[in-house]
Amino acid sequence: MAKVDFHAVKKSYGGLEVIHGVDMNVADGEFIVILGPSGCGKSTLLRMVAGLETITSGEIAIGERVVNALEPKDRDIAMVFQNYALYPHMSVFDNMAYGLRIRGMGRDEIASRVKRAAEILELGPLLERKPRQLSGGQRQRVAMGRAIVREPKVFLFDEPLSNLDAKLRVQMRFEIQNLHRRLRTTSLYVTHDQVEAMTLAHRMVVMNAGRAEQIGTPMEVYENPQTVFVAGFIGSPAMNFLPGKVTGAGEITLDSGGVARGVRVAAEIERAVTVGIRPEHLRVSDATQAFVSGPVEMVEQLGADALVHIGQQGAAVVARVPHGMHPDAGTRFSAAVTPDRVFVFDSQTGRRL
Amino acid sequence: MVERRPLLTVASHLILIAGVAIVALPLYVAFVASTLTFDQVTTVPMPMLPGTNAAENYGHVLAAGSTLGSKAPVAPMMWNSLVMALGVAIGKIAISMLSAFAIVYFKFPLRKTCFWLIFVTLMLPVEVRIFPTYKVVSDLHMVDTYPGLILPLIASATATFLFRQFFLTIPDELAEAARIDGAGPLRFFRDVVVPLSRTNIAALFVIMFIFGWNQYLWPLLITTREDMYTVVIGIKRMVAGGDAATEWQYVMATAMLALVPPAAVVLLMQRWFVKGLVDTEN
Repeated sequence: MAKVDFHAVKKSYGGLEVIHGVDMNVADGEFIVILGPSGCGKSTLLRMVAGLETITSGEIAIGERVVNALEPKDRDIAMVFQNYALYPHMSVFDNMAYGLRIRGMGRDEIASRVKRAAEILELGPLLERKPRQLSGGQRQRVAMGRAIVREPKVFLFDEPLSNLDAKLRVQMRFEIQNLHRRLRTTSLYVTHDQVEAMTLAHRMVVMNAGRAEQIGTPMEVYENPQTVFVAGFIGSPAMNFLPGKVTGAGEITLDSGGVARGVRVAAEIERAVTVGIRPEHLRVSDATQAFVSGPVEMVEQLGADALVHIGQQGAAVVARVPHGMHPDAGTRFSAAVTPDRVFVFDSQTGRRL
Repeated sequence: MVERRPLLTVASHLILIAGVAIVALPLYVAFVASTLTFDQVTTVPMPMLPGTNAAENYGHVLAAGSTLGSKAPVAPMMWNSLVMALGVAIGKIAISMLSAFAIVYFKFPLRKTCFWLIFVTLMLPVEVRIFPTYKVVSDLHMVDTYPGLILPLIASATATFLFRQFFLTIPDELAEAARIDGAGPLRFFRDVVVPLSRTNIAALFVIMFIFGWNQYLWPLLITTREDMYTVVIGIKRMVAGGDAATEWQYVMATAMLALVPPAAVVLLMQRWFVKGLVDTEN
């Protein structure tokens, strides 16, 4: 086990810079999820740790050792791929044993390590099978088994659950969590799925366009997003963004008329801002206290609660309302918000004010 | 078509039977001729039922060739052909797999150029480059040797191209997983690429074995001694030129013998094909 340190890590292809300097320290035994939309550079970052991509500039250290110039096999890492990348012609046992054999490990040691991994992952009865005879979830477990037997310092997961159906994904998420609790190996996990990130991560890194926009625990990131991008990316349905203006000390007025007082905001008066409110933080109110209001355009019943789409001037707003409320389409809907749940961002830079 | 009409069934069977007859009749005639005596073979019309001289004819050609034409025994020719066909097939597969591996998995300067140069040679069959090739082989003192027979035929753009296309379908992640597992390029080649290419290798082996076995022009040029003849040359040499009578029973017996190894390869490897096709990875 080891810590992983990123120091000003950059990556360019030809003249095109795709990762613009990532600084991050991953503690020993920590489970870090790197989250971002496709093309944000999250997989590239992971592959640089693995040694499958060169590091253009900056340093990555595993333990105390800078690994920039090391081959993947010398970095003491193991990686789980999205499409599993199992050797199709080898049995489950051989798939797990292959790396150990190459390292010249003894037959008995290999057998006992594979057996132990198979027990942890409940692969015992499948050891003689070929990958094509396994279901998706089983293949994923074999891929994890191949990582476990190496007893590496760091686990790298590259969207390991994307190829599974929704139910299996929940189950495997749970298994990965259990596995980490049991092995306590430092893990880097790349995904575009915010649910995976929220549930698995000790800390998460939200990436956008080659930058780490915010690093923090899932709740920190949810409750205290530092940029418009992070605020919009985390949370489902996504945060509502409305244009507004600072009109006094801690007072925000929306362009559509709603006023919120007591908001934490550090900006001069008359500054144009973007106001973010999560759907779950809007609650039904009477018209006099309303922060947003407008005609109901659509109601999506989700069972436990419902999403009300409000047609507002300028921007549509989604509010999450509790079970049992059925506002009719066309009726007027007013919602208020607690001031400390209002996020104010600079309209130009997208940074939190 | 899944129509069931008796007349159509009869008609289609007739067409099939006619097709089989057109393909099989010459083979049958050759077989019959190889079982007759010299006198029977030269009568007109030739008998259409197998004779009783088969054992004598086959034994004679294997040990001593024909009596009026070439007297070189066929048994060593069979061996020469086998060595050449196996050498060409195995050599081609080895060379083309390695070059395809280099082109697909390594980044080196002029990689594209190399590929296109190989690809362009697809358009140049042996016959086009036969004189320069002969010059090179004879300068290397390889006339009348197995390497002289085999080496010039080994380079294969077709096989390289086929393996390249196949290697491109192997997911990159497999190579990356092997790298993380600590396998070097050659180890990856041996442990992953070759086993995955089994069915392609089998298919190419069949094609290349037959290609090597059927070579005519090149062995004709490069062999001058009877003990280096391949069986295809042997057949030609038995057919007497000019006014001399040809002992067709011996020629046909040799032809039937020449038919056996390629047919055997096809029959044996066919099972591999089917297995490979059924077992495809998803």
